Amino acid sequence: MSRLGAALGWLGQLRLFGYRGRHQEVEGSPIAPSGMSVGDLADEALAGLFARPGRMSLTVLGTVIGLAALVATLGLSRTAGNRIVGHFDALAATEIVVSRSATASPEASALPWDAPARIERLNGVVAAGNMSKVNIGNSQVSTSPISDPTRQTTFQLAVQATSPGLFEAVRATMRNGRFLDEGNSIRGDRVAVLGPNAAEKLGITGVEQLPAIRIGDQIYAVVGIIDTVARQPGLLGAVIIPEGTARNDFRLTSPEIVVVETRIGAAKLVSQQLPTALRPDSPRGLKVAKPPEPQRARDRVQSDLSLLFLMLGGVSLLVGAIGIANVTLVSVIERTGEIGLRRALGATRRHIALQFLLESATMGLVGGVIGACVGTLVVVGVAAYQDWTPVLDPLVPFATPLLGALVGLVSGAYPAMRAARLEPVEALRSGN
Amino acid sequence: MIAQPPVVELNGVGRRFGTDPPLDALIDVELIVNRGEWLAIAGPSGSGKSTLLNILGLLDKQTSGTYLFNGIDVASLGDGQRAGLRSRAMGFVFQAFHLIAHRTVMENVMLSDVYRKGPRRERRERAAAAIARVGLAKRAHYLPTRLSGGERQRVAIARAIMGSPRVLFCDEPTGNIDSVMTASILDLFAELNQGGLTIVTITHDADVAARASRQVRIVDGVLKEESQ
Repeated sequence: MSRLGAALGWLGQLRLFGYRGRHQEVEGSPIAPSGMSVGDLADEALAGLFARPGRMSLTVLGTVIGLAALVATLGLSRTAGNRIVGHFDALAATEIVVSRSATASPEASALPWDAPARIERLNGVVAAGNMSKVNIGNSQVSTSPISDPTRQTTFQLAVQATSPGLFEAVRATMRNGRFLDEGNSIRGDRVAVLGPNAAEKLGITGVEQLPAIRIGDQIYAVVGIIDTVARQPGLLGAVIIPEGTARNDFRLTSPEIVVVETRIGAAKLVSQQLPTALRPDSPRGLKVAKPPEPQRARDRVQSDLSLLFLMLGGVSLLVGAIGIANVTLVSVIERTGEIGLRRALGATRRHIALQFLLESATMGLVGGVIGACVGTLVVVGVAAYQDWTPVLDPLVPFATPLLGALVGLVSGAYPAMRAARLEPVEALRSGN
Repeated sequence: MIAQPPVVELNGVGRRFGTDPPLDALIDVELIVNRGEWLAIAGPSGSGKSTLLNILGLLDKQTSGTYLFNGIDVASLGDGQRAGLRSRAMGFVFQAFHLIAHRTVMENVMLSDVYRKGPRRERRERAAAAIARVGLAKRAHYLPTRLSGGERQRVAIARAIMGSPRVLFCDEPTGNIDSVMTASILDLFAELNQGGLTIVTITHDADVAARASRQVRIVDGVLKEESQ
């Protein structure tokens, strides 16, 4: 309280509010001019405003609508920008694939084994998993060691080593059994999941019979068969084994690629953060394949639309400003007697002008606060209804009240000047 | 005892309005108001008495002559200083009361302190004391619209005396009030005057003027001392 008082006192030192001397004796020359503390000025302006709350609300409405339209337009155009990407190809727009850079040295470009854990910490990532093609040399995959001359029993199948998160990252569904888990990888279990095409070739239709396959000379228990994958279709014809097992049995040295699924709209940001998260020592050693940005083609249409809404918001704001100016002017005329009285009580022209300016600026500020709230709610509401991610520049809702106050200040300038120009004698005579 | 200057001293004050043709509202007015006096300025409407009061209250400027307020030539003062004198050394009571309708009696009286930077802390107590002095303690939280004309004028008087002014300027203080209330308002003025407050009141009502300790009469801008 006292600190506020001290601050106000300091403001009072500025000539703006007049001399801050205490009650000087009239005989003592020089004679102190009248003055007004900032607190009193604020009280008077607010009391003037809230004398007619209904009128103030209606006046503020124009500013509210104008500023809400501006905030909503800015928010929705950004939100919709993200939406269009998602709408056209939600699958492609949410996929990021990290691999080694072809030009970097093997040490500088090796992906870490814990890449999924590092990536899943990033905001906007849904799932991430490693995937590596395993070099099995000349070995082939077979179901039984028996040579059957009537049909082929050994196949040249791709073997992929994956981390557990890949299942979700490629949006796989299981036909049968389960996917590989963390424990399989840690223990180096000899288990495998088959892609549907691989399962068909190998003649395996289910996991109830505990089927096993051979890769080279090692026997792997089949624990599951994949039904579909949305990404990495190579998995459909592959034998999938745990990453830990591949390290033990096939000397896998590092993951080949990391597949990342992001939330809609997050791919761009996540792809920028990925290299640093994975290889803070050499982020340039990695190649990040991020989704293309189809919104470029839409930019024109969208900015035209935004411009239209911004213009609408601007027009509403202008109407709001005229409303404030008009109401403040009416208020000045209505309160002519009060202005005369205040002059008699020692108000200078400056005090009168400041009071009316503060009243109109407050109306603008209130309009700005409400407008920012309404605009933000519109953005969130529309986004929620359409299942989009709402995007709004954080500066916008905070700058809006300031813009409102500025509009109010400009609108109040002319009425305040009129009020200040009134002659006290005339004002006292005409008013009541 | 050091001789104190009179509260008001006018020397040859004139006020001319317009230029073509000029209208002399006041002509060569000589007037001295001493401390503790209750001066009534009587005159018919249009005689220039309001103009005189506006000049005395620093709401208007004379076009000729000098005006010494407490011995200070007000012509040497800037607008801010004139406003300072109005807020700290003068109290005003108007025919139309000039109360703010949507504020309580207490708030209306406290307004008097705003432009002289009266300390906000004791403001309420001082306003309450002024309201009690005009006999409206029980109405302090009423809105002026609920008060009678006489009560409203008492509120205006409380507002005027809250800052302990050197002089109270009253412009037809009983012009909007019935005769019973007028008597009680005049009793209040007499009481304040006995307490040492200098009062200058203008009126066209001879009965009101008669209550003052001294009367002057103004006709067509010319001031004449009334014989007692």
